[in-house]
Amino acid sequence: MNQLGLIVKLTLEHIWITLIAVTISTIIGVTIGILITRFKRAATPVIGTAGILYTIPSLALFGMLIPFTGIGIKPTLIALVLYSQLALVRNTFVGITHIDPSIREAGKGMGMSNWQFLKIVELPLALPVIMAGIRTAAVMNIGTATIAAYIGAGGLGWLIFRGIASVYTEQIIAGAIPVTLLAIGVDYLFILLEKFLTPAGLRH
Amino acid sequence: MDFLLYLYDKKEVVLLSTLRHVEVSAIAVLLSVIIAVPLGIIITRYRKMAHIVVNSANIGQTVPSLAILGMVIPILGIGLKPAVFALVLRGVLPIVNNTYSGIANVDRSVIEAGKGMGMKNREILALVELPLSFPVIMAGVRTATVLSISVATLAALIGAGGLGDLIFQGIVMADRNLLLSGSIPTAILAIGADILLGGVEKRLRKGAT
Repeated sequence: MNQLGLIVKLTLEHIWITLIAVTISTIIGVTIGILITRFKRAATPVIGTAGILYTIPSLALFGMLIPFTGIGIKPTLIALVLYSQLALVRNTFVGITHIDPSIREAGKGMGMSNWQFLKIVELPLALPVIMAGIRTAAVMNIGTATIAAYIGAGGLGWLIFRGIASVYTEQIIAGAIPVTLLAIGVDYLFILLEKFLTPAGLRH
Repeated sequence: MDFLLYLYDKKEVVLLSTLRHVEVSAIAVLLSVIIAVPLGIIITRYRKMAHIVVNSANIGQTVPSLAILGMVIPILGIGLKPAVFALVLRGVLPIVNNTYSGIANVDRSVIEAGKGMGMKNREILALVELPLSFPVIMAGVRTATVLSISVATLAALIGAGGLGDLIFQGIVMADRNLLLSGSIPTAILAIGADILLGGVEKRLRKGAT
């Protein structure tokens, strides 16, 4: 029962870290994504930079952050937010730029201001694509947060690292299975959410 | 400056770890290609199976790498073999997906043209489908390579060696220089492989059109 309590506590920690990271990532990523639809020349370098950051192996990114931030939740959140930017910035940009030009013209013809246009036309139509980006970010963050247990972030990775270090199979499994279920579950949840949020006119 | 002196001092360790890292990742990618490309081809011939394989591959890609590594230990123990096995599990999925979608998206009319010319199934595969889907397959190999380099850092935990050793030790000993001597080469390796294979992919794309 004690072990079960520990697993539950670590699972909640894991969810909490992921939730904070995804929230911060979404705020930053969607904002940058919208900005580069207004300054198109910046789009390629910004998405390219996000792509390079995304390529860096997570353990290496932690290693490069720790000399500046120390260990714990700080380097973890910074790394998770940096990784998420590719999925969020790119999807926001693609979602908005792929809106049918005739819809744009209609909005302008109705005399909408830039801000109204973004709020009433662009964001709702791009929402399914943006949601897909958030989904990718969430699943990835669950995986990276597992590794962050090594630098003191807590979460289910702790059990896996402890289990590997002490050659204690049951402990490894006690971390690996819940974290796998968590990733698959969140992925599925977002698929449902995407369907639900797709405007009726865009559904197939 | 301090770090550069340290790096010069430890150049042999860093170099050997880098080579080991490249070796482990390269073996894993090679095995992934050998397994995944034929599997991807087979499922284009049995479309019912394709649905199941692609869906399971998509679910498999959501499983955290550390969990895969952890679950391999009870079955295979520690060392190079289980590490490579875990890397291959990761690497196979993007290549299967891309091989399948690459071939499945080849223009039907091109295949009909091949048939009209009296090509056998095998010839259509070798002369039409594979060359046309090569850029997409290559994109899968690129993803698998970057993933392998990343998971190989974690594989240091189960005794595979490589640059992950330096990073893990650096974390435990709170040694800034040791940390950087492991993580900077790892990052360069991953970014370099991505750029290199991205270039190959681009050239193939030009060749295919």
